[in-house]
Amino acid sequence: MNFEFSEAQQLMRQSAQRYLAGECPRSRMRESTARAEPFDRALWLGMAEMGWTGVTIPEEYGGLGLGHLEQAVIAEEIGRSLAPVPFSSSVYMATEAILLGGSDELKQKYLPGLASGELVGTFAFHESVDHSGWSNVKTTFSERGLSGEKKPVMDGDVADIAVVTCDVDGTRRLAVVNLHETNVERERLGALDLTRGLSSLSFSQTPAELLDDRAGLFDTLLDRGATLLAFEQIGGAEQCLHDARDYALNRYAFGRQIGSFQAIKHKLADQYVALELARSNAYYAIWTLISDAEEFPVAAAAAHISACKAHRQCAQESLHVHGGMGYTWEVDCHFFLRRAIVSGLLLGQVRHWKHSLVDKVVRGAH
Amino acid sequence: MDFEDSPEEASYREDVRKWLQANAEPLKHGESAPTIEEHDSLDVIREAQVWQAKKYDAGWACLSWPKKFGGRDAKGMQSVIWRQEEKRFKVPPDVFQCSIGMAGPTLMAHGTEDQLNRWLPPIARGDELFCQLFSEPGAGSDLSAVRTRAKKEGSDWIVDGHKIWTSLAQFAHWGILVTRTDFDVPKHAGLTYFIVDLSSTGIEIRPVKQITGGETFNEVFLSGVRIPDANRIGEVGNGWRVTLTTLANERGQIATGAAGKISISGLIELASDLKDDKGPLIEQDGVKEKIADLFIQSRGLRYTSLRTLSALSRGKRAGAEGSIGKLGAAIMRQEMSAFAIELQGLAGAIDDSNVGMAESAWQAGYLFSPAARIAGGTDEIQRDIIAERVLGLPREPRVDKKLPFRELPVGR
Repeated sequence: MNFEFSEAQQLMRQSAQRYLAGECPRSRMRESTARAEPFDRALWLGMAEMGWTGVTIPEEYGGLGLGHLEQAVIAEEIGRSLAPVPFSSSVYMATEAILLGGSDELKQKYLPGLASGELVGTFAFHESVDHSGWSNVKTTFSERGLSGEKKPVMDGDVADIAVVTCDVDGTRRLAVVNLHETNVERERLGALDLTRGLSSLSFSQTPAELLDDRAGLFDTLLDRGATLLAFEQIGGAEQCLHDARDYALNRYAFGRQIGSFQAIKHKLADQYVALELARSNAYYAIWTLISDAEEFPVAAAAAHISACKAHRQCAQESLHVHGGMGYTWEVDCHFFLRRAIVSGLLLGQVRHWKHSLVDKVVRGAH
Repeated sequence: MDFEDSPEEASYREDVRKWLQANAEPLKHGESAPTIEEHDSLDVIREAQVWQAKKYDAGWACLSWPKKFGGRDAKGMQSVIWRQEEKRFKVPPDVFQCSIGMAGPTLMAHGTEDQLNRWLPPIARGDELFCQLFSEPGAGSDLSAVRTRAKKEGSDWIVDGHKIWTSLAQFAHWGILVTRTDFDVPKHAGLTYFIVDLSSTGIEIRPVKQITGGETFNEVFLSGVRIPDANRIGEVGNGWRVTLTTLANERGQIATGAAGKISISGLIELASDLKDDKGPLIEQDGVKEKIADLFIQSRGLRYTSLRTLSALSRGKRAGAEGSIGKLGAAIMRQEMSAFAIELQGLAGAIDDSNVGMAESAWQAGYLFSPAARIAGGTDEIQRDIIAERVLGLPREPRVDKKLPFRELPVGR
């Protein structure tokens, strides 16, 4: 039994840490978020140069041809950094969707660009501001093309291609659409997470290509996305905990470091417990993913729910430990707080994941 | 990353299974091994001793001990494999946690040659049982505040005091005992550690009736108990260091997790059996959400303990991370059993194994759950351990470290 990353994977982690420390200091993230479009394209291309946007893409399509464990290592480090790049949308969702369900032609068409960072992908599933159900798919696809509106779409402001949920004769399918086609309209939307842009996308008879119609493709994509996102969230949660710990060591009140008060110590210990449980759930999920275990859907849901909980707890409580300073714009806590709550929405309501987790466990038991 | 046994682990597991299959009866589905709570009698102790001797004679006892003391030099992972496999068989409960897990390693670290020869063989074979005389009514989380007094008289020590929370005291031959031998120095400097013969004159053992109605713990009164100096472990005044060795070994005994009805699968089963006006509870969203919250907690704890094991199997020592398991599991059990009772509506008020749902196991579990949050280091002590040893936060300022013990303030 070995429940840890290999030496090669750890080396990859260290190189990612070095790269992000050098290229993505918080000051750079702040400069990006001060702009209308937070996307830092130079940083994105640098990451692509490191191979991060093509970790799981086979070498024949310009990727590194490595596995999801390596991808998870990168995801965790990116989460720590608050890098203003569309990583989750492009890598965990769009790229994984094409890898899972794209024809060879489609792979040839898009994967090299996704790997090189030239193309940014996203996943467009949500349709209207007041309806968040998975069955709310009014966008249609027929031989005339793709028609309908997706709103909001994460990173829709900068994406070049989108994997879109659509209705084909009453069946939910996934289609890939080039967003530079003339009959695509986008509108930028104000975003809660300042490190990622948000927009709506409207299609009217826009050319698009369907992914595989194999049963379970959509669920597998969500489960893979949930597992990789969990690692990103764990990275973010751990950074929040470390920031709060450092602040508690350096801030004095009543003649002592505030980190010597049990009220603060116990709060941080609880964050650590939530974080480590989330990490363990994520480790198990990624192992079931790479070994194609039957339990993967249950493990992925558990990893997602657990990571969302830990991420939000660490972001909220870390801000609280910073006291009044944490509520100021100039301290970074709010960037983490914003990212934590929004990360929990990227794959729909966590509540729905809880329902389906229990349904799967009950079905599995009988 | 791999959750399966390595080839060496698999072959060790195979050896363990072979021996167990030849020497014990496998548990049938739904059957559980006897526990000491259920059978608090001398017979169970005797059976446990017979089983221990059988293991000892075959070389399967006190696995992690060195070979020269009758152990097997087993690695952490091998001990875990043994426990995992033994759990599948109908064997007597483990009543040797204090003997083999705590007293033995403490003796190896601090005992004299004579002491090792006197006690290790009967401990290893299970012939002589040890219990722990540490906590006192006024010294729980703050164990170094013990007031049980040992006074030198010739070549003996005379001990007076009151110990509590001692499991198995009524059956044990020996107790590991922390006493205060000097009241005029700071608290940690005045302690001395002994092994006391529980058949000595002046020892009285009384069961403590707990909130469950059960009596699995005792209090032990010592008045004028005579202990020969040969039974002192470590130097006079060095008892705290010896005590820390015992406590470190107590923490090292990795919990194997919830089993039986008080578990996430037990909860799902219960929620599937129960219904209300809207139908089966397991089909209702609110119930699913709460179950999912407990599920991720329970799985997270299981995989965290696997991570600890995986570190052990590669030769690392168990760290303060073990506190996650202790803290998380105790709180989860309380949450889980309270929710299970709540799901039953007023029927949750039934505590009657003939009538209640799941033989009223959840009611018993709920009443037991506060103990899990207190015993073996309270929630608050676990959080302190995580905050100080993992996160590197400073200790609370202490007012009791420099003053002579006699001058420390005490409550009524």
